[in-house]
Amino acid sequence: MTFIRPNFRHPEHHTNEIGYSIKNYEGALSTLCAGCGHDSISAAIIKSCFDLNLEPHKIAKISGIGCSSKTPTYFLGKAHGFNSVHGRMPSVTTGANMANKDLLYIGVSGDGDTASIGMGQFAHVVRRNLNMVYIVMNNGCYGLTKGQDSATTDKGSAGKKGIPSVFDSIDLCQLALQLGAGMVARSFSGDKKQLIPLIKAAIKHPGFAFIDVVSPCVTFNNTPTSTKGYEWVRDHLEATDTIDFIPAKTEITIDYPEGASRRVQLHDGSELLLHKNSADYDLSSRKEAMNRIESVKEQQKILTGLIYHNQQELDTHGRINTVDKPLNELSQQELCPGSTVLDVLNQSMR
Amino acid sequence: MMNTIKATNDFVIRFANVNGSGSASANNLFSKAVFRLGVPVSAKNIFPSNIQGLPTWFEVRINEQGYLGRRGGYDFIVAVNGQTMARDYNELLPGGYFFYDSSKRLPETFKRDDIIEIGIPLTEICNAQYTDPRQRQIFKNIIYVGALAYLFDMDFSVFEDSIKSQFAKKAKLIEPNIQALMLGFNYARENHEDVCGLNIHRRDLCGDQILMEGNAAAGLGAVFAGATVAGWYPITPSTSVVEAFEKFCKAYRIDKETGKNKFAIVQAEDELAAIGIVIGASWNGARAFTATSGPGVSLMSEFLGLAYFSEIPVMLMDIQRTGPSTGMPTRTQQSDLISAAYASHGDTKNVLLFPANPTECFQMTVVGFDLAERLQTPVILMSDLDLGMNVHQCDPIQWDDAKVYDRGKVLNKQQLNDLTERWGRYLDVDGDGIPYRTIPGTHPEKGAYFTRGSSHDEYAAYTEDGQVYARGMQRLLVKWDTAKKIVPPAEISGNESSVGVIYYGTSDYSSQEALDKLRITQAIDAMRIKAFPFGQEVAAFVASHQQIFVIEQNRDAQMKTLLVNELGANPAKFIEILNIDGMPITAEFLVNEIQGNLHQNNPMNQQEA
Repeated sequence: MTFIRPNFRHPEHHTNEIGYSIKNYEGALSTLCAGCGHDSISAAIIKSCFDLNLEPHKIAKISGIGCSSKTPTYFLGKAHGFNSVHGRMPSVTTGANMANKDLLYIGVSGDGDTASIGMGQFAHVVRRNLNMVYIVMNNGCYGLTKGQDSATTDKGSAGKKGIPSVFDSIDLCQLALQLGAGMVARSFSGDKKQLIPLIKAAIKHPGFAFIDVVSPCVTFNNTPTSTKGYEWVRDHLEATDTIDFIPAKTEITIDYPEGASRRVQLHDGSELLLHKNSADYDLSSRKEAMNRIESVKEQQKILTGLIYHNQQELDTHGRINTVDKPLNELSQQELCPGSTVLDVLNQSMR
Repeated sequence: MMNTIKATNDFVIRFANVNGSGSASANNLFSKAVFRLGVPVSAKNIFPSNIQGLPTWFEVRINEQGYLGRRGGYDFIVAVNGQTMARDYNELLPGGYFFYDSSKRLPETFKRDDIIEIGIPLTEICNAQYTDPRQRQIFKNIIYVGALAYLFDMDFSVFEDSIKSQFAKKAKLIEPNIQALMLGFNYARENHEDVCGLNIHRRDLCGDQILMEGNAAAGLGAVFAGATVAGWYPITPSTSVVEAFEKFCKAYRIDKETGKNKFAIVQAEDELAAIGIVIGASWNGARAFTATSGPGVSLMSEFLGLAYFSEIPVMLMDIQRTGPSTGMPTRTQQSDLISAAYASHGDTKNVLLFPANPTECFQMTVVGFDLAERLQTPVILMSDLDLGMNVHQCDPIQWDDAKVYDRGKVLNKQQLNDLTERWGRYLDVDGDGIPYRTIPGTHPEKGAYFTRGSSHDEYAAYTEDGQVYARGMQRLLVKWDTAKKIVPPAEISGNESSVGVIYYGTSDYSSQEALDKLRITQAIDAMRIKAFPFGQEVAAFVASHQQIFVIEQNRDAQMKTLLVNELGANPAKFIEILNIDGMPITAEFLVNEIQGNLHQNNPMNQQEA
């Protein structure tokens, strides 16, 4: 648990283009265990929103229940937050998004919250292609109830109690791919360099963007025998192309030889720059993404980075054809048919 | 000689059909014709949990006194379902009329000598007239309606007009339908002249009333109330609420310039998600609702507790059906009162509204949205299958254009700017137990807070301080007291007896009829409860009557339980009058039950005797 956050800021500390300092994106002090991977993810969210010049109050952060779901208190204090019920973040976010399409929705969940109790809601929010960022802080165990195995605990992996899991784990990235998510990525809480560009890309993605972040539980699941501990994860990472996020309007000066990097244009003009360090493959091919995850898994490794990216599908609002103005801004006059229609209506029922 | 039933504008007819055979539209044509003759009519569809093949009945009560409840007993049966013919035959009242397809002779065992049999060879007529099997099926239904028009001496032009308006957009169907009606009419005239003693004659008693289903009215109410988001999961008998909402939205809520929708309907993966969508949307400042039935309320309970404790408006429509568990999904009941009133774990209480007819479904839906936002809490409209899925004769839908939605205590950007003191999401500054809320995205610096179902202080911060938690829970009771003052008050009649009758919802029709009969010999006061929590008038009624009959359509007297529990009333003063067979309660049953108990238990009556 972190008790003190120093007021000291780096002398070169600056404000972003809309005049906010990083402090404007922070939240309350974390009450998670010291060294918890989740706090690193919160920090990455803070940095991403700062860098992207987002107005904090135009963000809604919504979570379920569990250690992961506590984190929205620890970032974006100027944004409304909603710590809902276990496994139900997707439906609350769906409703919120239906009411106001103009906010950015950051959904935070855990492996218990998503892969077990909330599996149904997760599947269907993917299927709806709700425009949101869905981050799973995946530590492979139930931390808040003291370390029970979760559905993402790998078979044979053992936490603090030392008993290996006898069940196969659920790979949430594969599931998201199969259900039609437009953006699927995996990262590691300890890899800020990879995680921040991915969060930025997810924020800019015009539909459902999923990031499974392996985030070790320092208290219950950080043993050498656990496949979600720091040690094991660091030793078994297999990254896709490393990534830079380049905001729209910024001159691209990064110096990489042509052919060694690829650019992915995002819908608002921003770009992802992928530095090729592994076999080339088509990011927009679901089949290749699936194969990639499986083949890396066969080598006892965890594939991280941007796994799949496709911006072509309409989000929920596009599919159900709602008006451009957020529904929560429509006035009574715009919504209520008024008495004039009732003569005809009543007459039709006589 | 046999005494045949003779009546004008006062009898009950039952249609016994096969589900999925197209009988529904023919039966509706008949009941609508009665209505168009100005004779009050109530029709009840008694249908199976099935799409095709199982028996289905349609009961029509014709009553020029205006009693619209179920009467019980059948004076005339249209028996066109072989599966149920024996049962239909036996259930006909003595002196009644048994109408059947005489293409096949009645079995030897059908030997009642106290009824009139009216045979019309429907199949033979159809086979002679039509070659297409589908036409044979559909027009068979229309032919029996034509025969009824003759037998009941109805003005045939009403049927012609109905057909013309029904098929206004498919003009080529008008002539064949009228021809089919004529086939039945002429056959009956030629073969059954002066046989039937039942008549339906024009009275013009229906004024400006309409025929509408409660679910359609609730869906329309949600449109008028400005609901923009509906999350839902299909379940009988609630499904048609959201279907109606969609239909009326498509009529009134499409943006003319862009063709886009000023509404979002999300069919969810289950009822948990449906209510989650409502909570998310309401939290974010839209008016949102869902409709379900008992099983759905059970599933939604956890979320309802979240909305209660974190104070988020929710509009939920519970179209009750026969429970527990799957129960009888296509039969009616009023058995979700307790599960709805106290839905969720911990100390929770939810506002309930009890509509008795479609007009009230519309009005109470509108009121419900206002109450949910004013009180920042779940409001549950307690309709039922009988009300929701049957067509009811009721007052027309009206709307006062001067009405302004009550969006409750929501701080806008300017109000947040003007704040001079620290704002607390759960701070009761007005003393009514209702704090001020903010909508995400309103203000860059002020008004953000963290909504949670865990214990929180007045400023929405997490707390495990027992005193702070208790203070919040007590404040919710202050809000509950405010609710008592603003929910629709009970409707009370009579102020002269120590005997009272309490009823609610769809028991209204039969209770009124029973009261009219009972009051001929006995002064009885009556109260129709329209909302929970109970207002002062409900407490006063209970306190001032010594013997109180509580009429309910459930086994455990759930409203009585609420009255005893919430008002601290003496349970001994209540007499439960309960109907649980899944059919709408009848006046006959009520009169018998109440009369029996009056004589047994009422000291006043014992003295008289």
